[in-house]
Parts: sequence; C-alpha cells; structure tokens
Amino acid sequence: MSPILLQVIVSGLLIGAVYALFSSGLTLIWGMMNVINFAHGDFVMLAMYTAFLVWTVFGGGPAASVPIAAVVLATVGLLSYFLLVRHVMRGPMLAQILGTFGLALLLRYSAFWYFGANFKTLPDTLLGPPFVLGSIRVDAPRLLAGTIGLLVTLSLHLILTRTALGSRMLAVSEDATAAQLMGIRPERMQAVAWALAAGATGIAGALIATFFYTSPTVGETLAIVAFVTVAFGGFGSVPGALVAGLLIGVIEAVSAFLIGPVYKDVIVYTLFVLVLWTRPQGLMGKA
Amino acid sequence: MFLQRGVVAVLGAALLAMGTAQNGAAQQLVKIGAIYPLSGNAASAGGFSKAAIEFAVDLVNHGNPALGDVPLSDGKGLPGLGGAKIEVIFADNQGTPAAGQNQALRLITEEKVVALIGAYQSGITVTTSAIAERHGIPFLAPESVAANLTERGFKWFFRATPVAGDFAHAYSDFLKEQQAAGQKTASIAIVNENTEYGNSVASVIKEQFAKDGLNITQVIPYSANTTDVQPQVLQLKEKNPDVVIFISYTSDAILYAKTMKDLNWKPAIMIADDAGFNDPSFVATSGALVEGLVNRSSFAVGKPGSVSAVINELYKKKTGNDLDDPSARAMQGMLIMADAINRAGSTEPAKIQAALKATDLKASQVITGYNGVKFDDKGQNVLASSLITQMQGGKYVPVWPKDKAAGELKLPYKGW
Repeated sequence: MSPILLQVIVSGLLIGAVYALFSSGLTLIWGMMNVINFAHGDFVMLAMYTAFLVWTVFGGGPAASVPIAAVVLATVGLLSYFLLVRHVMRGPMLAQILGTFGLALLLRYSAFWYFGANFKTLPDTLLGPPFVLGSIRVDAPRLLAGTIGLLVTLSLHLILTRTALGSRMLAVSEDATAAQLMGIRPERMQAVAWALAAGATGIAGALIATFFYTSPTVGETLAIVAFVTVAFGGFGSVPGALVAGLLIGVIEAVSAFLIGPVYKDVIVYTLFVLVLWTRPQGLMGKA
Repeated sequence: MFLQRGVVAVLGAALLAMGTAQNGAAQQLVKIGAIYPLSGNAASAGGFSKAAIEFAVDLVNHGNPALGDVPLSDGKGLPGLGGAKIEVIFADNQGTPAAGQNQALRLITEEKVVALIGAYQSGITVTTSAIAERHGIPFLAPESVAANLTERGFKWFFRATPVAGDFAHAYSDFLKEQQAAGQKTASIAIVNENTEYGNSVASVIKEQFAKDGLNITQVIPYSANTTDVQPQVLQLKEKNPDVVIFISYTSDAILYAKTMKDLNWKPAIMIADDAGFNDPSFVATSGALVEGLVNRSSFAVGKPGSVSAVINELYKKKTGNDLDDPSARAMQGMLIMADAINRAGSTEPAKIQAALKATDLKASQVITGYNGVKFDDKGQNVLASSLITQMQGGKYVPVWPKDKAAGELKLPYKGW
C-alpha cells in the first residue's frame, strides 16, 4: 500500500471517529424515546461556540472547554426536555418532529443574532504539532477528538448495558408503563437520557471546534452526516453509531481520494441504501 | 352658477390633490430590492455585502463631499426624480436557488421594487434574474461571475463585475510572467466547488490555459460545504503540482487552509479565485496560514486620497471593517443602479432599462478599480477589470499588473 493511501485511511478513521462521537447522542435519544432530535446539529454548534468563548474569554483550551461544554449542553438538553420535548411527546408524531425542528431554528437564529454570521476558528496551535510516524501525519486535534470520541461512545455503551441506571433507562424505553409499575419514574429516566446525550454532544462539539470552523449554520453541515451514521449503524445502537461512523469516514476518504470528491457522497449513500435494503434496522439495530 | 361653483370646487380640490401628490413626489422613496445570502453558509459574505450596499444608499441619500467625482455623492438624493431618496429592501436567498427565486418574486409583486440587485452566488443569480426578466424588471448583478449569465439573451440583465474570462486571462498572463522570471509552473491543478460558480470558472480557466500553452495536470471538483477536505489535499500531495488554483466559498476555504497545514503540503504558487478567500472572516481566521496566497480582486485600497482609499476610510469608520472585494463590487452595483434610475428620471422599469443601457461611467467615477462602466448588448460591463493581490502580513496587497501594484510580489508561496 502506498504511504499516501495509508494516510488517506488514517485521515478517514480520524474523521470517522468524530462522526461516531457526534452521532452517539442522537442515537441514544432515539433508542430511549423514539424521538428524533432535529436540533442535534445545533447542539453541536452551541458546544462549538462554547469552546470558542472559553478560548476568547479565559484563554482555555480543550482541557477546560470539553467539561464546560459538556455541562452547558447537558443543561441545554435538560431544559429542552422539560420545556419542550416532554410536552410534544404527548402530541402526534408530527408535533414531535416539528417541535425539535423548531428548537433547531431557534438555536440557529439565536446564534446568528448573538454571534453574527462570521466564521470563527480556534488557533490551530492550541494543541501543538501533529504526530509524525514515518510518512503518516496525525493532526493532534483530530487525534484527541477521535480518541475521546471512542472513549465517550464506549462509556455511553457501558452505562446503558452495565449499570443499574442503564437498565432502568432501557426498561423505560422498552415499556414505560411496565417500568413505572416497577417503581421507575419514566420522566426522570428520559430527562437523564437527554442530559447524557446532550452532554456527549457537548464534548463532541468542543472537540470538533479545535479543527473545524464555527458558524451558526455549521450544525446543518454536520447534522446530515449524523443522521446517516445513526440510520446506517442502527437507530438506538451506540456501538452501531461507532462502527458506522468509522466506516463512513474511511469509505468517504478512500472513494474521494481514488475516484473523486464529488463521487464520495454517491458511494456512501449507495452503500447506505444497500445496507438498509438488506438490513432495514441498520447494521447493529434491533429488528 | 351652482354648477360652475361646483366645478370650480372640484377643480380646486383636484389641484390641491395634485399639489400634495407633487409634495409626495419630492419625498418619494425609490424601492430597490437586494437579494443576498443573509443566512445559510454564505451569510458572512452576504452580511458584508449588505453593509456595503447600505453604505452606498446612505451615500446617495445623505452625500459625502470627500467623494468628488462619484455620481450622486453630493447628498441631494436622485435629482432626476426631484430629490427622491432610495430605500433598499433586502431579501435573504438562504443560499439556495429556490429561495432566491421566491424572494425575487416577493420583492417584485409584494414590495413593488423598481429594480433588483444581487444575488452573490452565481447559481442563485441564474434563478433570481430569470424572475426579473419574466416581470420586466431591471436586474443588476454586481458580483456573480459565471460566464453563461450574460449568454441567455436576457433583455433586463446587466452585470458590472469582470467575468471568469477576464480572470482566466489575468491568471494566464500572470503565470506566464512568473514562468519567464524562473518560477516553476510546469504542472497546474484546479480545485473547484461544483456549483455554477466553481464549474464555470474552472472550465473558462481550462480553455484559456490550453490556448496559452499552460499545462493543467489535475482538476479536482468537490461538493461545497463539505465536512472534510483531507482527500482533496492528499490528491494534491500525491501529484505535487507547482501551481494550484482554488475556486471555493468561505467555509471550504477555511478548511483547505487548515488542512494543508495539517498535512504539510504546499505548492510553489497558490492562487485563490476571490469568493471565500476574500471574505473578511477568512482573512481573520486563516490569514496567518496562507502568507503569499495570490488572489484576484477588483477592489484594492489605493494611495491615500484616492477614491478607493477615501471610501475604505469612511466604510471602516462606519462598520469597523476594511472594504473587501465582493462587498466593494456590491456597493458599486448599487451606485450604478442609482445613477441609472436618476438619469431615467422615472421609476418605470423600461426607462430604467434604457438608462442602464446608456450607462457611461469613467474610471474616476467608480469606487472599484474598474476602467469604467459601459454595458454591451448582452448586459456585460466591457470596462470591468481586475488586478492580482497577494496575502502579505494578514492583508491583501495589490501586486500585479505593475501599474496598479502597491507591493512587491513574493514567491514561492510561504503558507504558515
């Protein structure tokens, strides 16, 4: 394998881990409540602006911005749940879709109003020089984002499958009434799910801000990939989002490099349709 | 008798009414629609254009003595319409051709604008100007450069900016001069976003370079607003061309600047085709990563005291930003439209169209670096011209042609 192709695959894996990271929150909320959060991309955007503010106001790097963004976004998630989602859940399916869509627009245009339309970036020297292994270069911000992406996705998976909290959350998602009879409060579990998912999204956004531009519409650009990743990996499956994110990252990079950047979407979406054709529940989703 | 008195009364009332109508005309507002990307991913560029157009309208309505030759800068509004003021109505094209089209329709039918300017992205200018054409409303494109815009046989379409062919010519002459000076130009790559703007500019450059014996070895079209440009940069790194020409909007331009540094690759000469690379927010975020980047511009702040320098000074005082190239062209567009409406002496679209056709502005009357403004049968400004600038210390400095240069060209490309 030529060294440059190896670099392409490494680049693809790194961006793929980031895709996985910012998709896990979306899939978690779907798995818990059968609600698609259309404001997901705009949650990422808010986290990116949080990282930007942490840098401009306190001069803080990711060590400060990641926890701060996680807390800020978890709060945003809780507020969204208690002020909006809890209420629209009682309405028809369409109300749920339009509800989070409205939230997306509210967040996006608030950002336009407050931050303006100009693109912002964090200084590219924030995390030091790239790692060089032979002819392969691994950019430090992407490596950090990729690694933490894997860790966060893994911890979300472990929380869901290995803890009492996770079991209670899954019980609510399987049958809220039965769970209630067992003494679990569905609302509390759903609120926890929103906080967890939004917090993970906060971590994702703060990390993406270290190597991507930040603008009020950046959520739009990123959200499409998140939805594809979630559907590809299986709605509600956190490990599915991880596998799908990595796959999409590598397939995109390799096809863009070998065939051409304009064709990468065609190839990714063709594969996507083929997977859904044979496995409508996604790679790792439950049928 | 009674009847006569009645007639007199009616006549008197009619005269009175006419009198007030004329008073009304004295404070008349001429509505011009401006369609720009105020949301969506080009909102940053759209916002700067909006500020520049507002500046132009303010200039016509309130004047500024420092601007001497620039028509209508004496603060008397539009004397041809009894001192009427201009009201500009902005509409958001949201970065999509469909939204632009809807907004054009709304401005014409609901807001009753007498003329339109816009729409930044060439792909959106295509649809918005088609609506204006259908309704017989003059449309002026101050900045969209796609070649085919003036090839559609439209009667109501005018374009003030130099077009892709002019740039291709400038790039070609510029590169051949560098070749003669001993720079490496043996292999040339083009990286372009694949909507109307990127595709048309790329194909015009290919044609011109083929004619002039410049060797294009690699063309990389990509979808705008992408999440990742690493594969594109790695494609470049693999072939390692001497010259790269980027045709991109702001979001992608920022990613290219960052990613080229991350993957540690740069050509000997890097050229950007305006657009995203001239967006002030690109310069602010990525200027330090692209030292030595060659760009094109129709606007450059000239010597102190020149019209462009005075305009830039006033604009900076008002907005806090230096005037950038696309915004300067938008400002110029509004001034051309105001001049035409003034000469038309009417808000009738057909008269404005005739006045636009008769436009004849000299170089000293325009705020951009154009040699003047004069439209041909297709509506293209034949006196539009552009110069080549270079990123030096976080600012674009005009470096070519020599007679318009304010700084020395420094090659090879330095980057970060």
